[in-house]
Amino acid sequence: MLSPRALILRAPGTNCDHETAYAFERAGGIARRLHVRALAERPAVADDCQILCIPGGFSYGDDIASGRIFALELKTRLADALVRFRDRGGLVLGICNGFQVLLQTGLLLTDPASGSPQASLAHNTSGRFVDRWVRLNCTPGPCVFLRGVDHLELPVAHGEGRFVLRDPALLEPLRAAGQLPLTYATDDTGRSTNPNGAVGDVAGACDLTGRVFGLMPHPERFIDATQYPAWTGRLDPAAPGAGLALFVNAVKAMA
Amino acid sequence: MLWEVDVSLTDAAADHAAREVVAGASGLGIAGCTRARTAAGWLIEGDLSRTDVDRIAATLLADPVTESFVIDEVGAPHLSSGADGLPTVVHVLPRAGVTDPAGLTAQEALALLGHPGMIVRSLRKFWLPKLAAADVERLAGKLLANDAIQDIVVGPLTITSLAGGRTWAFTKETIHLAGLDDTALERLSRDRCLALTVRELHAVRDHFAALGRDPVEIELETIAQTWSEHCCHKTLSSAVDHVGPAGEATYDNLLKETVFAATQKIRETLGQRDWCVSVFRDNSGVVRFDGDHDICVKVETHNHPSAIEPYGGAATGLGGVIRDVLGTGLGAKPIANLDVFCVAPSDTPAAGIPPGVIHPRRLLAGVVAGVRDYGNRMGIPTIAGAVAFDPGYIGNPLVFCGTVGIMPRGNANAAVEPGDLVVVAGGRTGRDGIHGATFSSIELSSESETESGGAVQIGHAINEKVLTDFVLEASRQRLFHAITDCGAGGLSSAVGEMGVTLGADVDLDRVPLKYEGLSATEAWISEAQERMVLAVGPADWEKLAKVAADEGVEATAIGTFTGSGRIVLRWQGHVAGELDCHFLHEGRPKQRLKSRHVPAAVSPAAWHGDRSLAACLIDVLALPDVASKEWIIRQYDHEVQGCSVIKPLLGPGAGPADGTVIRGSLGRDRGIVLGVGLKHRLGRLDPYQMAAGGIVEAIANVVAAGADPDRIALLDNFCWGDTRREDSLGTLVEACRACYDIAIAFAAPFVSGKDSLNNVFAWTDTDGTAREISIPPTLLATAMGQVDDVRRALSPDLKAAGNRLAIVGVSLADMAGSQLELAGRVSGGAVPTVNATACRAACRAVAAAHHAGLVASCHDLSDGGLVTAVAEMAIAGAVGARVELARVPCDPASAAPDLAIAFGETPGRFVCEVRPDHEAAFAKQLAGVPWAWIGDVTAEAVFEIVATDGTVERVAVNELSRAWRGEAV
Repeated sequence: MLSPRALILRAPGTNCDHETAYAFERAGGIARRLHVRALAERPAVADDCQILCIPGGFSYGDDIASGRIFALELKTRLADALVRFRDRGGLVLGICNGFQVLLQTGLLLTDPASGSPQASLAHNTSGRFVDRWVRLNCTPGPCVFLRGVDHLELPVAHGEGRFVLRDPALLEPLRAAGQLPLTYATDDTGRSTNPNGAVGDVAGACDLTGRVFGLMPHPERFIDATQYPAWTGRLDPAAPGAGLALFVNAVKAMA
Repeated sequence: MLWEVDVSLTDAAADHAAREVVAGASGLGIAGCTRARTAAGWLIEGDLSRTDVDRIAATLLADPVTESFVIDEVGAPHLSSGADGLPTVVHVLPRAGVTDPAGLTAQEALALLGHPGMIVRSLRKFWLPKLAAADVERLAGKLLANDAIQDIVVGPLTITSLAGGRTWAFTKETIHLAGLDDTALERLSRDRCLALTVRELHAVRDHFAALGRDPVEIELETIAQTWSEHCCHKTLSSAVDHVGPAGEATYDNLLKETVFAATQKIRETLGQRDWCVSVFRDNSGVVRFDGDHDICVKVETHNHPSAIEPYGGAATGLGGVIRDVLGTGLGAKPIANLDVFCVAPSDTPAAGIPPGVIHPRRLLAGVVAGVRDYGNRMGIPTIAGAVAFDPGYIGNPLVFCGTVGIMPRGNANAAVEPGDLVVVAGGRTGRDGIHGATFSSIELSSESETESGGAVQIGHAINEKVLTDFVLEASRQRLFHAITDCGAGGLSSAVGEMGVTLGADVDLDRVPLKYEGLSATEAWISEAQERMVLAVGPADWEKLAKVAADEGVEATAIGTFTGSGRIVLRWQGHVAGELDCHFLHEGRPKQRLKSRHVPAAVSPAAWHGDRSLAACLIDVLALPDVASKEWIIRQYDHEVQGCSVIKPLLGPGAGPADGTVIRGSLGRDRGIVLGVGLKHRLGRLDPYQMAAGGIVEAIANVVAAGADPDRIALLDNFCWGDTRREDSLGTLVEACRACYDIAIAFAAPFVSGKDSLNNVFAWTDTDGTAREISIPPTLLATAMGQVDDVRRALSPDLKAAGNRLAIVGVSLADMAGSQLELAGRVSGGAVPTVNATACRAACRAVAAAHHAGLVASCHDLSDGGLVTAVAEMAIAGAVGARVELARVPCDPASAAPDLAIAFGETPGRFVCEVRPDHEAAFAKQLAGVPWAWIGDVTAEAVFEIVATDGTVERVAVNELSRAWRGEAV
């Protein structure tokens, strides 16, 4: 059996590409980091891959809005390649900045009639970047990446992660369709761990096929136990972290 | 055509910036500013139709879900009319020539949309209620903008073009030194912001007299940059005749005979086992890590720019030290950042703020935001740091930024070869930061903001990120022979340092400019950010240019390292200036200075009030030096790169870490430990103990995280007042002596360092009195340790009820400079002194016990002493603890009052948590050092302090946690 290939697409300012590639390798895949410019020159490179991942970072500095220019670049130079990739059954994962990019490229949560975006990721309610660990509930539904996972603890690190909908009435239908499979949960004391004010506590979203998935938390930052902020004396340091499951699911699905 | 696009949030309730304006106005006492709206504005100049601009706004500038926009030509009345019942419109724009990262990014994106060659400037727009003009001005100046870098326009914008200046026409300005007397030379130095002394100008004058000519401006500027305090540590490398408490001492070179000498001696003693690779030579200090990697570390200060523009100053300070690591050897990959700030207390009343000074609360928020936005964008975890508060930092705050890097073994040594091309890569050059090197060597005054605004730089992190990607790839392919960053002094320092013996020919007209109009001198000394200089063999140039193009980095060959021993500067073929390398680097006259230190008289300790142990503990936990820095830490991405193992906040209760630990690389288990030590409160009391205590604290921090005590590298960062004064220089010499003594005692070599002198703020009071305030003598010590296996790293969070608690080390009764003194419960007395031999023994014993697997958690004792440390451990572990003061080993054995045992800050002590089944083995490992069992971990989340008379005080850990977090108790 061949190991599936994951293409980790980076742009100027992408900064989680190495650890994301490492996570796919740990999950048994073969990861390749590639600059979006290089892919634009040779879009056929994507045809050899089964998984496409847009990792976290501050693409183009996020000076205008997070993910905006990366998304624009994908739409203007790689739109056909991306649609081809998705339509032939490839998996697409966007983490943090990558989730922001996916929403803006129209690969996720677009109005079926007009093609216009149904959701966006706005500045956190606090107005600040925040790095903290959150509890997550998973209702995998069609989502390939979350198969068999019902809860998770992962770090978030973002300033623009507040999930908002163009129309609040979309929340229930999207949820019912299984497109909002990842939500922020409460901690042991019953306090919400929603770090950004996201509507419906939404932390991640997928398309109807469950093969395109974006999320704000960073699964690649919890690949082994030593990345957990309370691991010493509590967890087996050689054990895998909960985030690895997402990468394993992707690799298994494409193996 | 000049267009304006204003983008605002459709949902006014989400306008966080507007809420901040309202809150800030209320803080400034401006009545009537109860509502506000804000927008992100864009000025776009170029050949665009209204339809084009509309499409740009819709696809690029505004979010289709959350934002709406308006467009028009600049000056259209509706753009500056009121909105939403708010009639006052305020625009805040970057000043001409100041880096505008958002504008530059938008320019690039416009090219992607098929509109190349546009000029874009970003702005912020505010709509306010009708207010008095003076209130609008105050609000804008204090809250909305910093006029060192931004213009404020109230009402309509009247700009017609954003285009820059015209190409500079070559001229040469001769500076007549011959025949000038000392007064005239001094004036020349001050007027031109050269920061050269009269003696140095004599040397320059004589050098050029021997050549039969006067210098031209560019030559004099090059000398001033190279000879600046910032670039060559001229005070610390001076000869000094010192009189101090330990008697008289004479140094031919203070730094060489103290800090460097310790390192040299340690390396000699280690012999074959020497693990230093490159120290005090390159842009950072390099040490051995594992079989195929070395690691490097550097800490820099960026004090004066941060005083004037906190956000930009701190951001570019961090950007600079990252480039130091990137510019070490053949390039190192930056893998961790640290930051330390020294500021005045946040509750300083507005009336106590001298003119020209930014309020410390706003300053701290600004420097934190600067580090956050730069470090997070770079994708480098900010994992360690501290904030120290003292009124002495009011006009002259300290901003320390540090970076750790990793490189393949063998990459530490780099050498320029004759014939190599001088290649500048990264951002373009503008007028930003002209005179930064000489400015940082001059003291600040209330006029600095207007005098030296040009010395403030704004960072553009994304430029540095792509520059980093480029350098690391070019390094992997071995496409250059040497590299350094463009920091203070710009190209003049970078090319000067790299061509120190070879010399170079540089065509300054080939330096890529942000805008036309820069003179040759400006291009040569500009401190524009995000640039590196590389020495590239002509055969590799094409390959290097390809890597640069692939990563989207501009790289330009601007000259050649020649081997002539001369720096020759040209502009369109004309010789603009010419300097002899030997004179430039060796011609500075050495100074011989006198210093004196008389120890301050010690008054007997006096106890005040009757607050109980538990009440004092709550007071101390809430003091700013001790209190939680979570609001800062959480703004920094401390987990990017995936290697962070012991994070700054940890345990189920998210308590504070000592040292923080990262893996050297993904998938490898060897780790790096970082710790910092800063005893600023002792600086004015005893500079030797301030330095010694700080270094021991940094070492104890990394040992408490599991570092090998025999492999700790140290860094020094001296920040001092006016060292032209004998007494001030005297305190500096005392601190240098401490550096030597402690390094030798711990066999911990200094590997790099930096100094920042003349940290004095001068102003004139309203009654006309000239006043000045100096910072307390401050040494920041940084320790970089190593762990064999991060899976065995240690943390301070208490693990399990029933475990025992041990204190390691002896406690002194001296309380001067302690947090308890700050809490008002004690005053006077002596400073607790460092017993370096005993501290080293304690460190080794703790490390040995940990190595044997006997330590469940460990915390070093610093600010707030024993009970504060145990309280922090309990908060982090979300459990309780019981401590009996009578069991703590003290010196002298009987005389210490309970408050001194509980809160004394004797350096070099630890609390260890030990499982009951490890008790005997732990005791065996600790044989030979003073230690004792002092209590237990308890299941009920209560901290129980048993006084020496047997009285028991109880306080809930929740209550301690709330005090520490600044929540109402």
